Amino acid sequence: MGQIQLNQVTKSFGDVQVIPPLDLTIEDGEFTVFVGPSGCGKSTLLRLIAGLEDITSGHIAIDGTDATDVPPAKRGLAMVFQSYALYPHMSVRKNIAFPMRMAGIDQAEQDRRIEAAAKALNLTDYLDRRPGQLSGGQRQRVAIGRAIVREPAAFLFDEPLSNLDAALRVGMRLEISEMHERLKTTMIYVTHDQVEAMTMADKIVVLRAGIVEQVGSPLELYQRPGNTFVAGFIGSPKMNLINGPEAAKYNAATIGIRPEHIDISETEGMWQGTVGVSEHLGSDTFFHIQSGLSPEPLTVRASGERKLKYGTEVYLTPQADHLHRFDQNGLRIE
Amino acid sequence: MARSVTQNRKIINTSAAWAVGLLIFFPILWTILTSFKTEAQAISDPPVFLAFDWTLENYGAVMERSNYARFLWNSIVIAGGSTILGIIIAVPAAWSMAFVPSKRTKDILLWMLSTKMLPAVGVLYPIYLLFIKLGLLDTKFGLTIVLMLINLPIIVWMLYTYFKEIPGEILEAARMDGASLKEEVLYVLTPMAIPGIASTLLLNVILAWNEAFWTLNLTAAKAAPLTAFIASYSSPEGLFYAKLSAASTMAIAPILILGWFSQKQLVSGLTFGAVK
Repeated sequence: MGQIQLNQVTKSFGDVQVIPPLDLTIEDGEFTVFVGPSGCGKSTLLRLIAGLEDITSGHIAIDGTDATDVPPAKRGLAMVFQSYALYPHMSVRKNIAFPMRMAGIDQAEQDRRIEAAAKALNLTDYLDRRPGQLSGGQRQRVAIGRAIVREPAAFLFDEPLSNLDAALRVGMRLEISEMHERLKTTMIYVTHDQVEAMTMADKIVVLRAGIVEQVGSPLELYQRPGNTFVAGFIGSPKMNLINGPEAAKYNAATIGIRPEHIDISETEGMWQGTVGVSEHLGSDTFFHIQSGLSPEPLTVRASGERKLKYGTEVYLTPQADHLHRFDQNGLRIE
Repeated sequence: MARSVTQNRKIINTSAAWAVGLLIFFPILWTILTSFKTEAQAISDPPVFLAFDWTLENYGAVMERSNYARFLWNSIVIAGGSTILGIIIAVPAAWSMAFVPSKRTKDILLWMLSTKMLPAVGVLYPIYLLFIKLGLLDTKFGLTIVLMLINLPIIVWMLYTYFKEIPGEILEAARMDGASLKEEVLYVLTPMAIPGIASTLLLNVILAWNEAFWTLNLTAAKAAPLTAFIASYSSPEGLFYAKLSAASTMAIAPILILGWFSQKQLVSGLTFGAVK
């Protein structure tokens, strides 16, 4: 079981309030991702849940019991750190065994769980090595192994993949998702990478300056962003946001349209523009179109075969039913 | 061309280093040499360097006159005891300063260091009186406590610098893994800081071994360590350089040997944190 409830939680460092009053419920078994730009308080929030930082006011409940004043060691949560934070003086086996040793689990059971975790994480051949003799990906596996064996109420991941190279990151991402499907344990995952958030999460919590901007499933956030911040943050490449008179035509302060929802034509359309840089990804092509509508070029997705020369005059037409409208406060207009 | 320049520079640097090293070592070397001379040769003018009649008679005389083993034992107990006691107190202190610093941590560190700037004689009188009252005068226990207190600031400072180098996340991981504070310090922090703790240990054994002011002033016979052993040869019957040298050599020999075998550890310890 691992339901986590935050009730009016705040955190201040000195006079600086990094988390204003915040309410959030993470359901048992859910894969929740905290995402936001750096400095948005997502790691702090995770550390508050872990108990590594004391909350300034409010309450944290784990499985319905108040855990506000419970020390991290007693919360029954496991954490995987960005720096892996393995014990350098212990072998992989001892690293993985450490939480069980602390919990006083008997040796036979320890060995059984270590073998199982090592097998699941492809670490069987490395159990007698020291962390210093492992690659980054293996170290992260050890950190995950150390978290699994104690059978926690929830896993907390603090940007666990940021120190890995791009190829490894995709692999580990799948492994963690796979692990979640298998264990069905609550997982809270902090990242600044919205691709990780989109691909892994059951529920995404978008944070900015300690404030929850929106909570929802990846597709909810993608299809119905609650405000311009979420609209701009979720999705890659970013949603095109247009202010001014063009938005006013739609009775909005800002309109947003995703790159895949703009039709591009060399002959006719609503908006005129000039082709700038094209990015050919093979499967898709992204055109950056200079238009008078916004200071930044508009991004348009087209099929991989589509070719347009730099400087070509083109016309763009947004698909009306995929147009997002926002008011002057940046909030979504339905 | 470039290679010969670096080669020359290397020779110059090495010679300079040896020259400075010998200069620093010379008094010790001279003491050791003198200990093998006769009293007459020891004060001869011009001094003789190596061409003298090597003799062991000074050592024989010293061994006959004083109980070297007892002084040695006292030194070992006092230096070792004060260091171990100091480490036991300093590890938690340095832990808290390195990992849960408060606004005042820097001030406390400086304040602790400032006690080392006070001339020891300034507190001799109160400590002497305290020792009389508590019956600690001329006891190994009393001396161990005083030397521990004297070196504690250095021990805390050294450990603090080592601990600062240990990533806090590893200790947080231990906390998440269910380790209590004691287990965190015992199973995670201390083993990781072993090299640092070892060099702190070594340096403080040396400092305590060589400490003369307090050991001379607070002991008489029972608890007197090797510093008192040397001192006993410098005063009463005038100066007997050769015997004094023999006593000195015997007093510094154990620590010299310890230092020789642990010099690598000591150097890496003292430069730890300075160069990463």
